[in-house]
Amino acid sequence: MKTAAFLTDSTLCIGCKACEVACKEWNDVPPDFVEWRGLSYDNTWALSARTWRHVMFVEGIPEIGKGGNDPATMGWGLLSDVCKHCEVAGCLEACPTGALVRTEFESVYLQPDVCNGCGYCVVSCPFGVVAKDEVDGRAFKCTFCYDRQKADLKPACAKVCPTQSIQFGELDELRERAQERMAQLKDRGIHDASIWNPVDTSVAGTHAIFIMRGEQRAYNLPPQPEVPTMYLRSGWTSATVAAGVMLVGTLFAFLGTGGRK
Amino acid sequence: MMSDVGRSRPQFSRETEKEQRLTLIQREAAGLVPSEPRVAIASAERGYYELPLLKEPTWTWEIPVYFFIGGAAGTASVIAGIARLTGASPKLVRDARRMSMVGAVLSPALLISDLGRPERFLAMLRVFKPQSPMSMGVWILMGFSAGTTAANVGAWLRARSRFPGVAGFLESVGDVAALLFGLPFASYTGVLIGATVIPVWNCNVALLPAHFLVSGLGASVGALELAGNDAPALQWLGLGAAAVESAVGVAIERETNPSEAPLKRGSSGWLIRLGGVLSGPIPLALRTASLFMKPKPAIKLRKYAAVSALVGSAITRAAWIYAGHVSARGSRP
Repeated sequence: MKTAAFLTDSTLCIGCKACEVACKEWNDVPPDFVEWRGLSYDNTWALSARTWRHVMFVEGIPEIGKGGNDPATMGWGLLSDVCKHCEVAGCLEACPTGALVRTEFESVYLQPDVCNGCGYCVVSCPFGVVAKDEVDGRAFKCTFCYDRQKADLKPACAKVCPTQSIQFGELDELRERAQERMAQLKDRGIHDASIWNPVDTSVAGTHAIFIMRGEQRAYNLPPQPEVPTMYLRSGWTSATVAAGVMLVGTLFAFLGTGGRK
Repeated sequence: MMSDVGRSRPQFSRETEKEQRLTLIQREAAGLVPSEPRVAIASAERGYYELPLLKEPTWTWEIPVYFFIGGAAGTASVIAGIARLTGASPKLVRDARRMSMVGAVLSPALLISDLGRPERFLAMLRVFKPQSPMSMGVWILMGFSAGTTAANVGAWLRARSRFPGVAGFLESVGDVAALLFGLPFASYTGVLIGATVIPVWNCNVALLPAHFLVSGLGASVGALELAGNDAPALQWLGLGAAAVESAVGVAIERETNPSEAPLKRGSSGWLIRLGGVLSGPIPLALRTASLFMKPKPAIKLRKYAAVSALVGSAITRAAWIYAGHVSARGSRP
């Protein structure tokens, strides 16, 4: 079965937010409580239960005397963020109801009819993607347009993107395409571009790859994301050792004081 | 530009001062002041406009209360089991069992209240998932409830039934099950929050389960003492719990990892300290003093220690959850 993936090439993004709109339209996502934030041109802020695509606006600092098309200058960094559909997904591991599942397209899908709103996936996502809808009471996130993929259609955001900034395809193929694009950008004198795809971490790579200019962390993309299941061993070891010590201690406390008082 | 008032400017050398000053004015005129931004910016250190990378926990007030009650009830069932095994007073066994029962009834009620609807609790009973501490916790709670219910019902029937042997068997099986499930029931909540992406929680994952278990022990010993039990074993357990909690407090104060800041600074830091002092040094001092006193004032001091440990245990859980919120708000890539 093929591994579906997104390649979001932010060097092509024009910040039109068509992906945000298409996602909302197709998935019938209720309105998010957008208000004026005073942070660049972005009033959506972050991915949430009601925002499954989020266009980030990173304002560069234009040099006086240099045009906006100068390869050395980055006037705008525009990047459409999305659920990463991790290879090893923290939310999927944490879910106590089985609402989060791995689909035949290797994406991570949250079944809203099974979700009980416990909120454990929210604190298990290393990217702050999954969120609980406070009105509905359940968690929501990008579905990777599971229904559209089932019908051999592209996800709504990729379909609508007017500049092919959001590309949809097979993971390995998109990884190659990302490398080709990097070479192309270098040829054009753009040396601050990079690919974000944390393969050498406990997340073991994502099914959403990004190309961006400048600092990756400026887009809240962590270089070293960690899946929280890696902490389980020390947690349960601590619980076991503490339980043993307490059991023996309680036994001695009662035996040492003669049991019957 | 009115907003420039009070903003310190970089110092320039004489030769280039005029030129650089001109550039600065040009930049200010364009509304861009890169050297000293007045608004949040996106950068490697600050992340995306200083917005948090991670989402805050979504749990309502019921969850820290559940952590507290679960800690006290789980450790109470251990006391009940061991007290019965070693032939301690029947009142102590009965009180400890009933405390476990209260915990076993309140815990699902609190969880359902957090989730919103009873069916949502049942959704967790369709899955058994070892890699999810939340799933494990639900099954531990189920085992604990079944055990403590059997122990209480068995004990009640033994005094009234025509088949005391059968009732007594139910009681014993219940006691053993409640003891075995009570231990992880009191400590799993530490694994639950430790195995998350919240930095202040996961960097203490090895501490939290033991910390919560001991905090629960201090609370259950306190509750049993306030219910009129003065077995010396409770005094020693209380002393042990207070000593360990004091050591935990010292360990937290000695941490230097920046992720631990919510435990030491700001309102969450003071809440952690308050919970720590009430669970550790105060009951430790009161109980130690009571060892050298005549029985009557000694029991009074032990009751003060009991109240302190109970309040401290509750505050400790609330403080750790609160620290998690602070940690998530400060999270950067």
